[in-house]
Parts: sequence; C-alpha cells; structure tokens
Amino acid sequence: MKKPTVAFFDFTCCEGCQLQMANFGETLLEILKIVDVVEFREVMSEKAQDYDIAIIEGSITTPHGVERVKKIRETAKIVIAYGSCATLGGINGMKNKFDLDEIKEYVYKDGAKHFKTIPTQPVHQVIKVDYFIHGCPVYPPEVLKVLKAVIAGMPYNPPDYSVCSECKLNENECLYDKGITCLGPITRAGCNSWCVNNGNICYGCRGMVSNPAKNGQMDILKKHNIPLEWVINKIDMYNKPRELEEDTSNE
Amino acid sequence: MSKNVKVNIEYLTRVEGHGNIVVNVKNGKLEECRLEIVESPRFFEGMLRDRSIFEAQHITSRICGICACGHTLASIQAAEDAIGFKPSQQTIKLRKFLLHQENLDSHLLHIYLLVAPDLLGVKSFVPLIDTHNKVVRRALRMKKNCNDVCDILVGRHVHPISAIVGGFTKLPKKKDLDEMLSILLDMRADMDATVELAKTLKFPDFKRETEYVGLISDGDEYPMLEGDMVGSTDGLRMDKYDYRKITNEFVVPHSTAKHAKANRESYMVGALARLNLNFDKLHPKAKEVASQLGFKPISYNSFLNTVAQLIECVHSLEESIGILEDLKKNGVNQDEAIVVGLNEKGTIPVKAGIGVGAVEVPRGILFHNYEVDDAGKIINANCVIPTSQNVNSIEQDMKVLVPQVLDKSEEEITLLMEMLVRAYDPCISCSAHFLDVKFVY
Repeated sequence: MKKPTVAFFDFTCCEGCQLQMANFGETLLEILKIVDVVEFREVMSEKAQDYDIAIIEGSITTPHGVERVKKIRETAKIVIAYGSCATLGGINGMKNKFDLDEIKEYVYKDGAKHFKTIPTQPVHQVIKVDYFIHGCPVYPPEVLKVLKAVIAGMPYNPPDYSVCSECKLNENECLYDKGITCLGPITRAGCNSWCVNNGNICYGCRGMVSNPAKNGQMDILKKHNIPLEWVINKIDMYNKPRELEEDTSNE
Repeated sequence: MSKNVKVNIEYLTRVEGHGNIVVNVKNGKLEECRLEIVESPRFFEGMLRDRSIFEAQHITSRICGICACGHTLASIQAAEDAIGFKPSQQTIKLRKFLLHQENLDSHLLHIYLLVAPDLLGVKSFVPLIDTHNKVVRRALRMKKNCNDVCDILVGRHVHPISAIVGGFTKLPKKKDLDEMLSILLDMRADMDATVELAKTLKFPDFKRETEYVGLISDGDEYPMLEGDMVGSTDGLRMDKYDYRKITNEFVVPHSTAKHAKANRESYMVGALARLNLNFDKLHPKAKEVASQLGFKPISYNSFLNTVAQLIECVHSLEESIGILEDLKKNGVNQDEAIVVGLNEKGTIPVKAGIGVGAVEVPRGILFHNYEVDDAGKIINANCVIPTSQNVNSIEQDMKVLVPQVLDKSEEEITLLMEMLVRAYDPCISCSAHFLDVKFVY
C-alpha cells in the first residue's frame, strides 16, 4: 500500500507544535515509516504540489492566510487542525478584544499602515476541518492517537469531559482548595492534566467542554469568593475567537 | 562585470518563521538587497495590556515555540524587576540550568536539522535518514535528551509549566536530579561525536567587520541569565534599562520585524557575538573544542555562528552537569515551591513599577520590558527580539556578500544567501515571523 503523503503548514503561531514532532526523538523515524512527509517548511526545503493529509498549525489572521488555507483545503483529502492556535484561535485571539487599528498602532507606531490584519480565526471558521488536535502545545500521546485514527480511516473525538477528571486520577490537590482559580472544571481533558501535575493552574488551552457544569462552576466560585469576571478573562486568553461563531461548541 | 542576477525564493525553508530574500543585480551592480519578514504580525505587546503580570510568562512564552524557555526567563526577570521581587539563590541556579537546556536544545536543532543538510548537500534531514542514519539518530537522540531534562525540570520544553514569577511551582527531587544528571552525562559521548562531525564540515569564507552586542559582566561567569551591563565589541557599555538606546528600533515597510542599529549601520547578537565578547569566560572544555575547530575571537564571519553555537553547546552541557552536581551535594529546598496563580492569595508582594529583563537566549540578547500598576496589571509592554536585532545585520552581510560571489551560478548564489540567513538561526516567529529569497533582475 502506498504511504499517505503528509504536508505541514504554519499560519500565525509560535511553531512550537511543529517542534513537538522533532521532540518525538527517534520515534519520529518510526512515524516516517508509515507516512511520507512531503512538505514541512520549518525543517525541510522540499515542497509538494499534492498531499493526502494537511496538518495545519496556527490561526488565520491575515487576508493572505484566508486564501492560502482555502487552497490547502482544495488539495488535501484530510485536514487536521493542529494545536490551540489552529483549533481555537488560541493566544492570538486575545487581540480580538482590542480595536485592530489601535493595537496595530500600539505595536508598530507609524509603521502600522504597512501591515494587514483581520480578527483571529481558528482554521474551522474558514474551512472544513476533519480532525482536531487541541493543546498549547499539543500533547504528544494524543498526536500519535490522532495520527493512528487518521491512517486507519477512523474518526477521533477529543474527550468532552473536564480536565478535573484526569487531575483527580493523578491525585493532585485541588487548586481551588488553595484559593487559586483554575480552568480545569470547564476545560476539555486529553492532556492528562499536564499543567496541574507540574504545580501550575489549567489555562484552558484545549477549549471548553461542550456542556460545562455551569452551576457546579458557579458554586465553586461562590464558595471561594472568586469574581466571575476573572474566570471569563482567563477563558478569553485561549478562547476569545469562539465569539465569532453562533454555535460555541468547537466541532 | 555586466551580470544580471535574479533569485526568487518564496518562504525560505529550514528557518523558524516566514521570510523572503530579495536581491536585484543589474549589469553587475547591486541595486536592491533585502530580507523581507512577511510573518503575520502577532501583536504580543498590545495583547499583554490589561493582563495580570502573573500571566506575562505564560503568554510571552508563546511568542516562540523554539525559545519558549528563553522568553519565559526574560519575562520573569522583567516582571520581578517591575514589582520589586528578588528571587532566591536556588531559584536563580535552577533558572540558569533551564537556560543552558534551552541553549543546548535550540543550538542542536539548528546545527543538525537546519544547517547540516546544506553542508552535506541535501535539502533536509529526510534524505540523511538513508545516507547518514547514525547522524540523524544522534541528532534526534540529543534533541530528545534536552527535551527529557526539561520535562523533568519544568514539565516540558515547549512552553515550560513550572517556571513562574516568584520561583518554581514544582522543584526537582533527588531522583529527578539523578535522572537529569544521568541523561546529561550520557550526552557527552554524542557531543564529542558532534564535534568530530563539525571538524569535517566546511563553512563558507566570509568577513564583514561589524559590532557585536551582548551581556557583559565583571565576574568570572559567562553571562547568560544576568550580566552587569549590555556591552559591545565597539566598547559600548549600557545599563539594561537603557536598552532602547542600544537597539534604536525602527520600522521598515518590508518587515513585520522591527530593525535595529547601535554604533554602526547594524549589529549582530547571538552565539558568535557572545563568543566575541566573553570567550575567556567559557568552560575550559568549550575553549578546548574552540581550538580544535580553529575558532578564535574576534571572528567576523557570520557563517561561523553555527560553530559558535556548537562551542556553546559544550559549555552549556558542562555547566549543566556542574549545577546538577552542586544541587545534589547541597540538596534542593522543597519548601521554596510556590503556588501563585493570579496571586489571588497575595503570595507575592506587588508594587507599581517598570522592569526590564535582559537575557542571552540562543539567538542573542532578548529584552522584555513591562510597566505595571499597583494591582499588578500590565499597562505597557515591549519586547525586543534577537532576530529583530539581527535582520539588519543579515541585510548588510548580503550587500557585502553578493558582489563577492557574482561569478558563481545563480543556484550557487541562492544557496549561499539561504545559508547566510540560516547561519543567523533567525527565529522569525519571534520577530514577527517570514523569509524568502528573491533576486530580481
């Protein structure tokens, strides 16, 4: 059987999710035995006209980006949105809170007129996406899971329960009990509560579960006397572009 | 010579981010030569406004996936400076260790995956899997070693989790120290093999006298995380708070990365600049490798930045081993682990102020600058990225290099220009993101 061809494309992002591929170490060579990587600009000079699977990193933030991602959709049989910038808009989405001309001038001063920008959009707001790999950065075990599903022609549904369920299994002490706000209760699991395991809070980088336990969350906030506005501000760090959709569920 | 040269490379490959090179030679005369940074603008400085200073590290780490730990450390330094927090000696030691891992990881990626294919005459590491399987395996193994150490220390290398304003949310236990030490000790053999490989590679000959900028210090330590001043090979001595007087950033239409210049038309930052400024302070083993590779400061050959990176790899590996041995001997005080979140509990005292972080990250000196109010909210933010500082230097190098190589074929010239840009290891995501080479008749 011919190996499926894979091309990586980066839009507005830090390219850290691409780097996660290099961080597989020698496992990467095993992956390369089952797929044929034909384009990956960060580490390869080869370019491809045709490919079966497009792995797209980054958010769409320029008119040029919109055109480019549409062309990729026309070529690829399967499109994977890879990392939070691609699946949610991610950190780039914070700019949507500001007036675009104002923020452009703040950063580039008189030079602002040279650059075009549009509100940050995740990939699925511009083209149809077949698979979502959430996370900032992506969680390597989940990447392997999704790649296997893609090659087997199976669907992959990211977990739709909260990070708390994984966090409990990892026996972490609840941050709310320490008086600290954490987005674990409303954030989609699948990262094995990566940040909380390392002593930090959940920042919501995998997006919200489709049906968060709203009343439960409100009770927690009330119990610990935490203003709702704090939590919303936190959610907006990764999830601001959700406002551009009528339906706020991600897929 | 009445030669016309046209090279047009869109989206330069094997660099981090998106860039174009435009070169236009008409009748043997260089008419146009520039590095276009067409990375989508990212607006980090704008987006930071109104966020808590305790979120700055998390957000600015996302400026770059490759140097996430570097941004983390510069951000934390600026934030702590702004609110008047002094980190503990243990915290500083662990941060220095983290910075060494960042330096190793980033340099190895650049040397093996981005530069070596040019010197071995292939387009990427993929063909090398067949022809140089051992080399590829070694590269991926070394990359994974750094990654594994970062996993233990800060949760992961791409966007570290536990390094925050105030210290660390989780501290390495004895078994963690043992594990990290064993990984790094094992890495020595691969590092030796890397040096042997480097001895066989031939770097292009080139020279352009310019100014090199980086941290300097009166102490014996090779300054990376902190220095006494920002200095240059032209004798510049400035306090880090005056960084704007050094970088003198200006906007050019063809680049979403701002440009910089100090005393001359341009200056260079990065491993080569650091070696040119602080060579004597390197670990003895790194100096020995430098002599084996025939490297002597001052070197004005930008292509040798890759060699300088390898020398720094040896330095960072040996220094890391030293820090771990020291921590093993003296123990890690676990009571220093802190949980801060948004500082809901007021764990860290906050006051209004302005802070600057100046840290030597893999590609050169990185500045973060924040102004916060008395509630710890960010009012203003500014980041000056190493690649932004280098873009102008790359253009100046191109202007000198192109006329020297006009007798070569267009293909050869294109490759040389690409190699020159890659030598700087530009991180275009950081500087905004983009690179493609266009020679126009």
